[in-house]
Amino acid sequence: MLYHIKVLVFLKDGVLDTQGKAVLGSLHRMNYTDLKDIRIGKYLQLWVEASDEDTARNRVKAMCSDLLVNNLIEDYTIEVDELS
Amino acid sequence: MKACVVVFPGSNCDRDVIHSLSTRVKANVSALWYEEHKLPQDTDLVVLPGGFSYGDYLRCGAMAATAPILNAIKGYAEGGGLVLGICNGFQILTEARLLPGALLANKNLKFICRQCTVRAERTDTPFTSNLQTGQVLKMPIAHHEGLYFLPPSDLKQILANKQVVFRYCNNDGTIDDKSNPNGSVDNIAGVINKGGNVLGLMPHPERASEKILGSEDGGLIWDSIASWLKKGGRC
Amino acid sequence: MNYKAVGLREEEYQAIKELLGREPNESELRILGVMWSEHCSYKSTRPLLKMFNSEGKYVIQGPGENAGIVDIGDGWAAAFKVESHNHPSAVEPYQGAATGVGGIIRDILAVGAWPTACLDGLFFGKTPRNSTLSLMDGIVSGIGGYGNAVGVPTVGGKTFFDDSYEGNPLVNAMCVGIVSQEKIITSKTAKAGQLAVLIGSRTGRDGIAGAAFASAELAEDTKSSKPQVQIGDPFVEKLLIECCHELLREKLIASMQDMGAAGITSSASEIAAKSGTGIYIYADKVPTRDENMTPWEIALSESQERMLVIIEPENYERVEKCAQKWLLECAPIGEVTDDGRFKIINNGKTVVDLPAEMVGGGCPEIHWPSQKPAYLESIETERAYTLPQDAFRDIFLSIISDPNVKDKSWIYEQYDHMVQINTVVGPGNPVSVIRVKENNKFLALTMDCDPWSCWLDPYNGGAESFLKAARPLWACGAEILGMTDCLNYPSPESPENYWILTETVRGLAQTAKDMDCPVVSGNVSLYNESPGKKILPSPLVGLVGLLETMEDFLPSGELEESDVLFLVGPKKGFLAGSLFQRLLDKSIQGKPVQYTPTAEISFKERALRTAKDKCCSSVRVIGSGGLVTAIAKECIFAQKGASINLKSEHLVPEVLFGEGGPRAIYSVKPDKIAIFEHIWQDFGLLKIGTVQKEKTLEFLGLSSFSLLEITSCWRR
Repeated sequence: MLYHIKVLVFLKDGVLDTQGKAVLGSLHRMNYTDLKDIRIGKYLQLWVEASDEDTARNRVKAMCSDLLVNNLIEDYTIEVDELS
Repeated sequence: MKACVVVFPGSNCDRDVIHSLSTRVKANVSALWYEEHKLPQDTDLVVLPGGFSYGDYLRCGAMAATAPILNAIKGYAEGGGLVLGICNGFQILTEARLLPGALLANKNLKFICRQCTVRAERTDTPFTSNLQTGQVLKMPIAHHEGLYFLPPSDLKQILANKQVVFRYCNNDGTIDDKSNPNGSVDNIAGVINKGGNVLGLMPHPERASEKILGSEDGGLIWDSIASWLKKGGRC
Repeated sequence: MNYKAVGLREEEYQAIKELLGREPNESELRILGVMWSEHCSYKSTRPLLKMFNSEGKYVIQGPGENAGIVDIGDGWAAAFKVESHNHPSAVEPYQGAATGVGGIIRDILAVGAWPTACLDGLFFGKTPRNSTLSLMDGIVSGIGGYGNAVGVPTVGGKTFFDDSYEGNPLVNAMCVGIVSQEKIITSKTAKAGQLAVLIGSRTGRDGIAGAAFASAELAEDTKSSKPQVQIGDPFVEKLLIECCHELLREKLIASMQDMGAAGITSSASEIAAKSGTGIYIYADKVPTRDENMTPWEIALSESQERMLVIIEPENYERVEKCAQKWLLECAPIGEVTDDGRFKIINNGKTVVDLPAEMVGGGCPEIHWPSQKPAYLESIETERAYTLPQDAFRDIFLSIISDPNVKDKSWIYEQYDHMVQINTVVGPGNPVSVIRVKENNKFLALTMDCDPWSCWLDPYNGGAESFLKAARPLWACGAEILGMTDCLNYPSPESPENYWILTETVRGLAQTAKDMDCPVVSGNVSLYNESPGKKILPSPLVGLVGLLETMEDFLPSGELEESDVLFLVGPKKGFLAGSLFQRLLDKSIQGKPVQYTPTAEISFKERALRTAKDKCCSSVRVIGSGGLVTAIAKECIFAQKGASINLKSEHLVPEVLFGEGGPRAIYSVKPDKIAIFEHIWQDFGLLKIGTVQKEKTLEFLGLSSFSLLEITSCWRR
């Protein structure tokens, strides 16, 4: 079965987000002073062929561990959709 | 000295390192393709050069860190072999977990290319054996992701282990925010592993080993390696 | 389908029917619409470009191929060219600039050269507004983003600020490469029976009909133009450079073309036309990344990072293996024939069948009506300028902090200007110098333009545009080998515009010829205007010079304490069109410098001798901002003070702020003054001051500034 998996990768707490900081500054200059903070991450979409949801999820976890996520500075969440 | 310079798809500074090493210390240098599974016999030094391996896609150095040759390099490093990562090479070594830390986007979010001064914090490594402690070297940086980062507890560790080899400094050797071009934690420009044989640094020694290019200070790193090897150094 | 829908004119449509002997079908019409657009066919400017002289003792290859090539000695050659990417950069600054860099690098690659340095000429609106700032930011990021990743250093360039470029920025990218004279690749060497192979990225719908887009004025709502901007991938370009050079080393390439404007169509038809052969392209064999692309879409796609390589069929496997090694797509998409036809065949059906020569070369020239503009009658009137003593300080500081003069390190520090470790003198200096490891010689590179003089006096403005780029080369001791140019202008369809275009090119061509500088390559970009606004005439000149050794090089910004400062050349410059005038009056008026060949040749000879005789520490040709700016820059770069002592009759705006003409500041070693004076006797020589230990720049009788003050003002 083909699984559509959404992975959100984001910086761990305590890791400098220079991009977020710069964007915050820009938005403040545009008068969005109600914005207190912003942190920027990545959204990955994967389509995985697997026999069941757990297998698909575990495969993606392995991919994250091996390449997609740098666990020194990043964390991630996984959401699974099944496709027919 | 027998050296090899690893070439990944997108590496840019491999030829520069080969030219610099062979001109400055008459090293026998060859290019090593990333798909190889073995290092050439009797390799004294492996260099991971600067550039944009895999276009810097996903994270700088992330994909190069999974290349076949890295297994051989890890084994070589475990056996005490000398490994030097310059700029993108440094990024690859951190991704491959051969060195601690990570390189994030520069504080000003822009690519920075200019001359820079760093201070040698340790001179008892193969890469800095010819230097005096506190010696200031002028070498250029050219990077978009040069902000060296460690979570505070890890930072404490590497400081305790004396793993910081270079720090960004002013011309007179003083260290402050002004002399930090990219926001690196504790002005760290280069770190070494606990074994003392794997060094990563953001500045480019190969761009500062000939007078005509504006500085020969980078060449002092080549000189250090050459004389350390000559003296029969081992890690 | 109506011919007008593809941008063709009535006369062109008739010409097509005559050449074909029939009506063109829709695909053929679309193809000719692009190939016969201004951007691809140069139909409006071919007659003008004939004014350029392309012969010279160092010329190996003149205009007509992907790049011009000059002899640099010892069997080596330098290939170079400049190209514009103006309209795309206005719409999508980052990608427009990035793909401009990518395109020019591929042109250098296409002649078999290794791309070794880039320079960029940028023209922006002056009044700071958010749109301009984000445009500038995007363009500079795009140039850096692409050039840095591809590993070609951006070693110099020039940036111009004037409100005429507001909304119509210009991005001119120049690339220089090194090639062995025996290994130059041309498009003339294809032979019937050879295979046409596409190497690089997959083909998508990017930039379809982008060339036609470049020939049209920008609509009010530039956002609607978005789909026509190409997206660049410098990682793939780097792989392409490595792959092609590996194929070149293996001698597997018979001919090569890069795919730029009009993609497969222009590269394939060009090879066939130049080689005197035909070429058949099989659209269904082209690797695509978008679905259901029609044959004409495939033929005209401007997807980046693709090269067309002509090879002997038996070598295909080796070529494919090399492409795979470098992670590139590789496909045999066509064959070279002997029938002189350019055909596109899709699944066995011939969809396009045109004479090869007609595709790229058949477009009739357009001779636009030309009329001397009325404004030129009244614009010659000069007004008198005075300089009250207390006004000097503010004017001086305004000038050195003007965007046209001030520090550009915020731009070039975003460029890797050191990769390939050949950069001996980098950006920020009047001349960029790169070493050529192949023969231990050095190339000196400059880039310049004088749009304001071109507006006031087109012929002389064209001349001055060349001379502004040339004088610093002579002053540093380099011999000029050749020139490339990018002619950026508004629409040629207005007779006044066309007159200005003609006259500036005439001035440029005449001067280059008089100075023995062949024009070996170049580019034209017309229609740089938007409703109610057009750019100043902007002929950008790029020059390549040669230094045998760095011993012969006379730098700028290296004053030595106790040196004596001299001004050579006419005491007065011209205020017409100068930065001084533009700051005070917010408009330009008057007669700028008039081209005097004998004076320039005399300057050249004396300047070269001065460099050779090593009697000076430093030289700076007077440019934007005049004498005071040249002195200020010398002090800032050397971080040394100077005391300038001029007679009261010389404390006038024409002397202090005047621009134009062969004038330069020399910092002369005290024990070599006699030699220096001997070289410059009868040319115009004025001792103006000395370099001093105190960190101040003082203009006696006027004002004094601390070095710190002028440096931070210039850097602000």
